[in-house]
Amino acid sequence: MNPEQLIFYFFGALTLISALLVVSIRNLVRSIFLFFVTIFSLAAMFVFALADFIAVTQVVIYAGGVLVLMLFAFMLSNRELLKGLQSTKDGFKLNHFAGLMIALGFLFLIVTAIINTDIPEVTWLKENNIIGQNDNTIHQIGINTMTRYILPFEMVSVFLMMALIGAAHLARKEKRS
Amino acid sequence: MIPLSHFMLISAGLFCIGLYAVLTKRNAIQILIGIEFMINAAILNFVAFGKFDKFEGGGQMFALFAIVLAAAGVAVALAIILNVYKHFKTIDPAKIDTLKD
Repeated sequence: MNPEQLIFYFFGALTLISALLVVSIRNLVRSIFLFFVTIFSLAAMFVFALADFIAVTQVVIYAGGVLVLMLFAFMLSNRELLKGLQSTKDGFKLNHFAGLMIALGFLFLIVTAIINTDIPEVTWLKENNIIGQNDNTIHQIGINTMTRYILPFEMVSVFLMMALIGAAHLARKEKRS
Repeated sequence: MIPLSHFMLISAGLFCIGLYAVLTKRNAIQILIGIEFMINAAILNFVAFGKFDKFEGGGQMFALFAIVLAAAGVAVALAIILNVYKHFKTIDPAKIDTLKD
């Protein structure tokens, strides 16, 4: 096993274990901070798929934006919220069992589908169109954004502005007049 | 060279963990984290397949768009959660069962 595979499987295991801890741990603050670990190890896996720019974007947007926002929302809601969080001690509910069964069944479904598909034989994966380790993907992304994907890019910018206005509108203080 | 199916297996695991969180958690912020896991699993698949699309770069471009949309969604969802908390004094989705009043 060469070092590349070793590091990849290390980060893969780290992703799954930290994600499992995030959903199973009781303390919400801890689970939000563990979410950091999941995000960073996912960024490492993006690097292994030769998508450096996506990895950097992931770190900047998730670790810099989303998580801070989550912590912010968490701190803004006061102590009663914290009290409600620790009340999940009431045993193993049927709700949890059903959810676990659905998730495991779905996992089984996807994993059997992946194992039974002969992925190296898919034709469009063999077209010798593979990103090499010395290719400048950021250059390609810049050109593609402004040429082939200009319409989705503009739509995303309009959508972002809508989301910004919507969030500011929702979070404003209501006037008691 | 990591085989493509290993990326897909890890992404499948992450997706199911997110699904479990969405189905069973009784706290809106944790459900949001579950949704983030599912979106991230999808992005991992995008990126893993994008490796085989050098010239058009569809996988990486749409991974970028998905990250941006997820971030915008989180901003709006957290604003809604704060408002719901102000109104109902709880963010347990099971207890929030009215639209207004």
